[in-house]
Amino acid sequence: MNLSWLLQMAWRDSRKNLSRLLLFISSIIIGIAALVSIFSLGDSLSAEVDDQAAALIGADLEISNNKPIPDGIRKMIDSIPGQRSEQRSFTSMVYFPGSGGTRLIQVRALQGDYPYYGKLETVPASASSDFRKNRTALVDRALLLQFSAKVGDSIRLGNRGFIIEGELTGVPGQTGLAASVAPIVFIPLETLPETGLEQKGSRISSSFFFRTPGKPGPETERILERLKEAGINYDTVESRKEDTARSFRDLSRFLSLIGFIALLLGCIGVASSIHIYIREKINSIALLRCLGTTSRQAFLIYLIQILVIGTIGSILGVVLGTLVQQLLPLAVQDLLPVKIHPVISWRAMLQGLILGIIISILFALAPLVSIRRISPLQTIRMGYQPRSSADPLNFLIYALILLFILVFTRMQLRSWMQAALFTGGVILAFGFLTLVARGMMWAIRRFFPSGWSYMWRQGLSNLYRPNNQTLLLILSIGLGTALICTLLFIESILLQQVTLSSSGNQPNMILFDIQTAQKDSVKQMTLAQGLPVNDIVPIVNMRLERINDITMERIRKDPGIAVQPWVFTREYRVTFRDSLINSEKITAGLWRGRVENGTIYVSIEDGYATRNRISIGDTMTFNVQGTLMQTVVGSLRKVYWNRVQTNFLVVFPAGVLEKAPQFHVLLTRVPDVNTSARFQQALVRAYPNVSVVDLKLILSVLDDVLGKIGFVIRFMAAFCIITGIIVLIASVMISKYQRIQESVLLRTLGAGRKQIYVINAIEYFLIGSMAAVTGILLAYMSAWALSRYVFETPFTPAFMPVLIVFLAICAITVIIGLMHIRSIVNRSPLEILRGDN
Amino acid sequence: MILQTEHLTKTYESAGRKLTVLDDVNMAVEEGSTVAIVGPSGSGKTTLLGLCAGLDSASSGSVILNGIRLETLSEDKRAEVRNQYVGFIFQNFQLLPTLTALENVMVPMELRKQSNVRARAVELLDKVGLRDRAHHYPVQLSGGEQQRVSLARAFANTPRVLFADEPTGNLDAETSERIENLIFSLNREAGTTLILVTHNHELAARTNRIIRIRGGKLVND
Repeated sequence: MNLSWLLQMAWRDSRKNLSRLLLFISSIIIGIAALVSIFSLGDSLSAEVDDQAAALIGADLEISNNKPIPDGIRKMIDSIPGQRSEQRSFTSMVYFPGSGGTRLIQVRALQGDYPYYGKLETVPASASSDFRKNRTALVDRALLLQFSAKVGDSIRLGNRGFIIEGELTGVPGQTGLAASVAPIVFIPLETLPETGLEQKGSRISSSFFFRTPGKPGPETERILERLKEAGINYDTVESRKEDTARSFRDLSRFLSLIGFIALLLGCIGVASSIHIYIREKINSIALLRCLGTTSRQAFLIYLIQILVIGTIGSILGVVLGTLVQQLLPLAVQDLLPVKIHPVISWRAMLQGLILGIIISILFALAPLVSIRRISPLQTIRMGYQPRSSADPLNFLIYALILLFILVFTRMQLRSWMQAALFTGGVILAFGFLTLVARGMMWAIRRFFPSGWSYMWRQGLSNLYRPNNQTLLLILSIGLGTALICTLLFIESILLQQVTLSSSGNQPNMILFDIQTAQKDSVKQMTLAQGLPVNDIVPIVNMRLERINDITMERIRKDPGIAVQPWVFTREYRVTFRDSLINSEKITAGLWRGRVENGTIYVSIEDGYATRNRISIGDTMTFNVQGTLMQTVVGSLRKVYWNRVQTNFLVVFPAGVLEKAPQFHVLLTRVPDVNTSARFQQALVRAYPNVSVVDLKLILSVLDDVLGKIGFVIRFMAAFCIITGIIVLIASVMISKYQRIQESVLLRTLGAGRKQIYVINAIEYFLIGSMAAVTGILLAYMSAWALSRYVFETPFTPAFMPVLIVFLAICAITVIIGLMHIRSIVNRSPLEILRGDN
Repeated sequence: MILQTEHLTKTYESAGRKLTVLDDVNMAVEEGSTVAIVGPSGSGKTTLLGLCAGLDSASSGSVILNGIRLETLSEDKRAEVRNQYVGFIFQNFQLLPTLTALENVMVPMELRKQSNVRARAVELLDKVGLRDRAHHYPVQLSGGEQQRVSLARAFANTPRVLFADEPTGNLDAETSERIENLIFSLNREAGTTLILVTHNHELAARTNRIIRIRGGKLVND
């Protein structure tokens, strides 16, 4: 085969169509850019995590436990060599005497020189060390802003007041998001007893930070092994690095899937454009065949064009993606534990380039292989169509495309199942949109309103005539709309869940960590403030020792056992009562509210039971603060976690745990912000150990969190939308070549500009509105499925945003459609008839 | 014989009915002769031309072109035969719109991997009087000029047989005459066999032999 001739012919054939070919391929530029920016960000983050690994943890080794460390363990920890810091952290209420404000915060009582790597970022900078010697506090900057406090003012934690030494602006390994959920206040560890917050039952976590440069010695390794056996966690720089990388991988994979959808959307545009391009080239191809070109040569001439133009498009996408990457950290910084400084990632660029070339060829192949079937007879028989049976090669190409989507998705997701579900979802969405487009064309043809005015008839018939753009436009616009609306719906579902919970007479404030001795007086105080006491729930902390004969020991020896290790290492907060509450229902077994014949029947949450293969009649032995207690699984419960109730994995019957050490949770409802503030102030002053969660605060925090995550998702969704618009513009431009003759003929026959505008406006409005409605329907379906099966909440989507999306999509479609018509109506018919378009 | 047909039949399936367009056509054409195929519209003359030139395959019967039985060849092999032995002139000129006049003439020679392609193409354009329009695109040429480029291209690979389908059908009388003169003079010069399909009796009268066709059958030779 003469390659140089093929290259020459490809160049000759395409040089007058370069701008058109570039327009086709522009559809994939944005998709490639999206993926390259995400891949690059991933590489930048990996580099940052490597660079800042020690600062992520602030030490070489961190040992932590979610309750005070027993003396025996403490001795082991004390024997680990190296510099050491100790921290105790817990949630509590902070009180700002200046403004009278209170808020749930995370207290970190610190002793030693932690962090050894990175630093506590404070204003002034000296505050990070001064607070330790001055016995003062570092307070999160957002918290200071919320309560209009400043450095030098004071706060109260429990029984002790603290001067604010500095504003806290950064903590090693801490994400911006975590700080907005529970702002941090650092105090010196030696001041903790003075606060009186270390009472029995308080949920205090202990951490030890070590500076042990180099690898841990064999003695340290042995100690760590024994700590692990005792259920105490430890983190090294390496393990934290892996955790951080893993969690970001999830985020970047999710984002890259959105980018991939943008790319797929663009590919549909490419495939459709190439299809039309080849159709216009039929005559030239037939002539080449007539002159002796083989079908293979003809195919290769056009494949080379696509290859070159696909490479150019991919390079443009790669460059754009690398530029966009500079902006991406603005969107995702709050979700990350390290500061990102974008680097140019050659690997990501190469990935994008290869992906772009593969995908542009793959999607162009289906129209390209049709070249093989173009008969030379078409030169003397215009419109001659050889008998067309389905081309088996086309099926092979479709299979290859599906395989490519599946494999690419698998590379982003964790399992083949998830990849298959995503691919299935994509097929379903495309299938649904195709069905609607074809259904619309069929319905218009079948029920054509012959009595309507000419302009309406012409506008409607444009939708189904040969060379129509209906399917392509409905696919691209519909998919873009579906994505935008699904994101809107998910946001509203999540916010609605919290809003619903705080409506009606549902409790909207939770008081926890109430000691048994404080229970009655806190109740009295609540009632005295004119607030209802919806419920007081006792909570007993315990650990699980064994399920039937399975213990932690056995799991270690036999990892094949279906029970997950955390089942034995976690601490269980259990309640006891004689009846069910309205946020749970029995799904198996029988609810027993009292001890029967000396047997303690417990009720287990069904998801927890399924995950760990626990069934009715199994025995579970709990360690209730030193006392072993054997129970039998009497029932399984479905728990509606999203309701504001005190919900539990394990519920004991009444009559067993009444004497065990316990604390209490009180649920109440505050009518307004002022009452809430007044009540919290009084409560914090009288009972400093009691913490308060105000649902309104959760709502605003959730709003903030969703805002930050939503921004990232919207940022990526914008790629889909821009691609949709480019595909739309490209499709309209292509249809220009299709429609130009007809519009010119209409003008020659005396049609005015207005009439041509109206005909086209009708066509594009119908396409835009049908695509938008279908996209919205798809979004409804996916949001409904998500709300039913994932969020388990009723779905009532917001109407206004959807209406705005609908109107915007219709307007954009019509405007773009009319813009290209302008170029036709503003030129003389003769100019177009004589010109080469 | 440069071209022979044996019991050549072509049928199409249309709306479930079998339509016989060519029915048992037997003919032979001597090398170097000029032949006109005439007949009313729909009589099957273009189908006959297409089959003889190897652009389509017959339902039954044979076409033997330069001793090669076309029905035994695949479409790609027939393309090779066309490139080696056949030249075409079409009613609607059929130039590649994205190629210049010169490049259009070069294509058949390039396909044969000939050398000095450009010089030979310029020479051919010179013969048809279009040397100075070599770098113009088809859209920049008049109908007559386009057909002259088409003629230059048809003779580019020195074909054994030149098939012409209504070569003057889209041209005015004056231009038609000029094109006809060119076709016959170039044909004489190259010693090519000329087979043309036409409605034009004057054009047909300039050939050695007239084959009349009606309803898919040869009625007069």
